[in-house]
Amino acid sequence: MTVDLLDRKVLFVTGKGGVGKTTIAASLALLAARHGKRTLVGEVDAKGNLADFFETAPIRFKEREVSPNLWAMSMDTEESLKEYLSLQLKVPLVARLGPLARTFDFVANAAPGVKEILTIGKFLWEVRQRSYDLVVVDAVATGHITGQLAAPQAIQELVQVGMVRDQTGWMLDILGDPAQTGAVIVAAPEEMPVNETLELVDKLRSDTVVDLAAVVVNRVLPELFTRSEEEIFDRLPADALAEAVGGPVQPLLDGAQLAVTLRRTRGVHLARLRDELPAGTPLLYVPYLFQRSHGARATRQVAEHLGEELGY
Amino acid sequence: MAAKKVPAAAPQSIEQLLATKEIVIHCGSGGVGKTTTAAAAAAMAAVHHGGKVLVLTVDPARRLANALGLEAFGNHETQVPPAAFAEAGVEPRGELWVAMLDTKQSWDDLIHRHAPDAATRDAILANPLYKNITGRFVQSHDYIAMERLYEIHASGTYDLIVVDTPPTRNAIDFLEAPERMADFFSSRLLRWLTVPARSRVLSLASKPFYSVADRILGSKFLEDIAEFFLLFQTMYDGFVERATAVTRTLEDKRTTFVVVSTLESAPVREAEFFIEALEERGLHLGAVVLNKVLPAWFLEKGTTTAAKTMGSEADAIAEKLPPSVGPPDQVGRVLREVGESFLNFQVVAKREAEIRAELSASPEVVAAVPYFDRDITDLAGLLLLGEQLWR
Repeated sequence: MTVDLLDRKVLFVTGKGGVGKTTIAASLALLAARHGKRTLVGEVDAKGNLADFFETAPIRFKEREVSPNLWAMSMDTEESLKEYLSLQLKVPLVARLGPLARTFDFVANAAPGVKEILTIGKFLWEVRQRSYDLVVVDAVATGHITGQLAAPQAIQELVQVGMVRDQTGWMLDILGDPAQTGAVIVAAPEEMPVNETLELVDKLRSDTVVDLAAVVVNRVLPELFTRSEEEIFDRLPADALAEAVGGPVQPLLDGAQLAVTLRRTRGVHLARLRDELPAGTPLLYVPYLFQRSHGARATRQVAEHLGEELGY
Repeated sequence: MAAKKVPAAAPQSIEQLLATKEIVIHCGSGGVGKTTTAAAAAAMAAVHHGGKVLVLTVDPARRLANALGLEAFGNHETQVPPAAFAEAGVEPRGELWVAMLDTKQSWDDLIHRHAPDAATRDAILANPLYKNITGRFVQSHDYIAMERLYEIHASGTYDLIVVDTPPTRNAIDFLEAPERMADFFSSRLLRWLTVPARSRVLSLASKPFYSVADRILGSKFLEDIAEFFLLFQTMYDGFVERATAVTRTLEDKRTTFVVVSTLESAPVREAEFFIEALEERGLHLGAVVLNKVLPAWFLEKGTTTAAKTMGSEADAIAEKLPPSVGPPDQVGRVLREVGESFLNFQVVAKREAEIRAELSASPEVVAAVPYFDRDITDLAGLLLLGEQLWR
């Protein structure tokens, strides 16, 4: 039996670029917050547009309450390191952070896994401290996520001693516990996103200790017709219809035809996703939003749809 | 009559752009169709312009390989079989080649080329950090893509190279990658880091760095890093020279950038950011390709009213249609759906038109590729998309 999605402590939301990863992360966080969970949502990508999803001022490393019960932050690995050092070293290091900042970028680039571990380490730390009921991470895209989630193992292999190594133990404990941690893969009902989703499902299992919590299919087009209705649609006489309507109807018919065809080609990919996902993987559907594609309104609507899917 | 120098007109279409330039770099955020549009553009150039055309892609999509009539393709260039063109019903004037960027392989090749001797080369390739760094080093994908492009271009094998850029977190990362790589190898920090391996005596300058780094990472790991970079430094000159040459190629007149975007807010924002970044760097923006655009007839005059009428008076309209169409109640339901669906898509089309108008303000060439309701599974499909791009 899988753990209820929002009952976990940290969710890493990933997906192929362009599928609406941030929308889903923001909406899941909003949904949790609206159900009384003290929630933190953090963006990892440097693009920094999480703020747009809540119509709020730019979001920084220091978390800020953006709506009741919902805090938001933006990952900055340098800040994360500073916070970590001041927590861990307990020396008046703050005074020496100047040279540290200069050297940081270099070390982070040179030493594999350091940036990654500072990123997920911060979120896992919040879980460990129990500062929030749920931490939702708008994580990196499918291509990079396993590198990030596997960073603690990589560090354990590479670094024999030292503080970083000491920290990897508890991180792995949290990451590997399905009751606490889950990955959420966002897909769109198109060929490449479905391929990448299925590939990532395998990679998560082979390269990381993280449990797959759910797959969210975003932007699902509505089904217009039943089979018998579609036959009627095919029989519609354009001329008679134009006369009855008193206006141009060909674009309307073409529009419906496009909607039907799009829905059908996408349906093939959706079916493949359903068939090839491990049995029992929760699959949530979010409809295509015609009216608003982004902004607080869209976040709220998606949150409502996710709520319905999760039975809230 | 005195000859007056007429300035060369800027290319008016993608076709012209592909005929003029030697390197065309497709960029844009993930999921907008960079790989597909790059392949389509290259296929069109091979068919109509002739010569040897290469698509250098970072996308390992099996579908693209299959569409090109290949089982798979790798780091080395493979020719698209003429049979694939024959099947698509065209006789290409030139040749189409494809290659995929294999980061690891390309790095290995680079080490082979720059290592001063066999011992250094083997030591680097065997270093446990090497794989990690080439695989995870933030800029390594970006750098190696540009490096590979440079190498292929310099070989003089192709008339045209169409590149699809790696999905970077930040669209401009790869533009800066060669420069950053050069900075990296000449940085003072690198010298600090390699001090202990050279002298075993910590210089004063490096102390604060070491005391912190040591506590965080442990000295064994630091030594590993130091050894690795010490080996790498032997290749310093080669690397910096090379990175500079790569930058020069990107800036060359024969190179152009094509920004690909869909008409959704996030990719467009990225596209605008990218257009600005190109301008700042004095790089040539050749065209903006708008992909997956809804057909223009969604905005045809009178359709809004017609769709509303069809929805609100569905049952009355159904009664007026011949009975052979179907039972009036069902026909009414179909008509309501048709009207409703049209209005839904029209909202999207209006939003797209607005975004498109904003985006069209600056660049020279804007090509719009309509929404393809089928997946592209063969060369014919790719060329169909290419036709849209071309105009």
